[in-house]
Amino acid sequence: MSTWDWQVFCKDTIEGEIQPGCFGKGGDITYLDWLLSAWGWTLSVSLLALLLALVLGALIGIFRTTPSKTLVAIGNVWTELFRNIPLLVQVVLWYHVLPALIPPLKSLPSFVLVVFALGFFTSARIAEQVRAGIQSLPKGQRYAGLAMGLTLPQTYRYVLLPVAFRVVIPPLTSESMGIIKNSAVAFAVSVSELTMFAMQAQEETSRGIEVYLAVTALYFVSAIVVNRIAIFIEHKVQVPGMAGGH
Amino acid sequence: MHLDYSFLDASVLSSFVLKGLIFSTQLTLVATLAGIALGTVLALMRLSGKTWLVMPAAAYVNTMRSIPLVMVILWFFLLIPLLIGQPMGAELSAVITFTVFEAAYFSEIMRAGIQSVPKGQVNAGYAVGMTYGQTMQLIVLPQAFRNMLPVLMTQTIILFQDTSLVYAIGAYDLLKGFEVAGKNFNRPVEMYLLATAVYFAICFSLSMLVRRLQKKIAIIR
Repeated sequence: MSTWDWQVFCKDTIEGEIQPGCFGKGGDITYLDWLLSAWGWTLSVSLLALLLALVLGALIGIFRTTPSKTLVAIGNVWTELFRNIPLLVQVVLWYHVLPALIPPLKSLPSFVLVVFALGFFTSARIAEQVRAGIQSLPKGQRYAGLAMGLTLPQTYRYVLLPVAFRVVIPPLTSESMGIIKNSAVAFAVSVSELTMFAMQAQEETSRGIEVYLAVTALYFVSAIVVNRIAIFIEHKVQVPGMAGGH
Repeated sequence: MHLDYSFLDASVLSSFVLKGLIFSTQLTLVATLAGIALGTVLALMRLSGKTWLVMPAAAYVNTMRSIPLVMVILWFFLLIPLLIGQPMGAELSAVITFTVFEAAYFSEIMRAGIQSVPKGQVNAGYAVGMTYGQTMQLIVLPQAFRNMLPVLMTQTIILFQDTSLVYAIGAYDLLKGFEVAGKNFNRPVEMYLLATAVYFAICFSLSMLVRRLQKKIAIIR
């Protein structure tokens, strides 16, 4: 194998000349600039998709625990639909098929479509965790809330969800780390994130190992950061003596 | 937009899609079987209690689990030809990648499965004079497999879904088959929609099957 050549990151992306200081000047960009912006895209896609997935997932998960047969059915169909289609196929669906069927979607950039695809896909998984979290609570809690005269939404808001959300934080941590890994599928619709960068920079520079190592390292760093943040949140919201508390 | 499937007949499916379906299935089966074998070895290493076995196995599993599968696919497609000194086809490269990658996930399932077998079973094996190998092979692993079968099968369904990611290196899988057919007849939207339906039908029926199995094989203690 050939020797290392880390200077590849200091090269201009157009002329391929090494730039002093490694960052491009005056509108030119180096591979390092590109790598960092790709990291930004990966993080943006992941965070926005996570936000969407948390909101939708919580809602669908709650649906599946209500006494209403309609809501349970909607929740079940949602979960089965998004869990049983490969993520890449869902991305392709959002990018190639849905805009053809629903013309207003045509004006959306592929970045937004990927956020939708990743968010909906992950929402089904989060819904499953939320459902399990709510069902792990003793049935008496729900009955106690209703017996006291709280309405069903009030029972959820003041009795069930405060505990259930704390119970699901650990599994949600691994979902959040998973979403960063899963955001790699955005390469398929040419969003300029880390995996797309890896493929293109490898082709242009022929320094695949250096490029892949840098990209892999950034995925590692992102996962560790998410993990730390999640542990921090877990400690912050802990109720001593309650589920998840110490 | 009006969907038009008039071009679609058995010969279109057999000449474009079938080849991809066969590859995706082969990839899933080979990676599952080889992945479980390799994963069991990794799990036993991690449970052996010997640092020189635990450390490399844990490092391997944790590394594989923190990298996106697409990046692992790209890594192997780049590295294998460098190591063996000659180019390797995308399909074979994918089979190797999925085996090594999934082994990490299967090993975690196996580890949980082995740990789910009560410790008294292991002690009983030792008490009747069995060696570590015999205890594992005759007492622990058969029960662990039974406990873990539903999870192993769920992981296989996920593996089947993940095979679509070989798109990154251009291997000809099920999704590619639909894509090529769609391009040939200039009907990409119809074909992608059909691909979605086919993937859903396969994965949904398999998960139903797992659910029924789960109820059937639970060990009552």
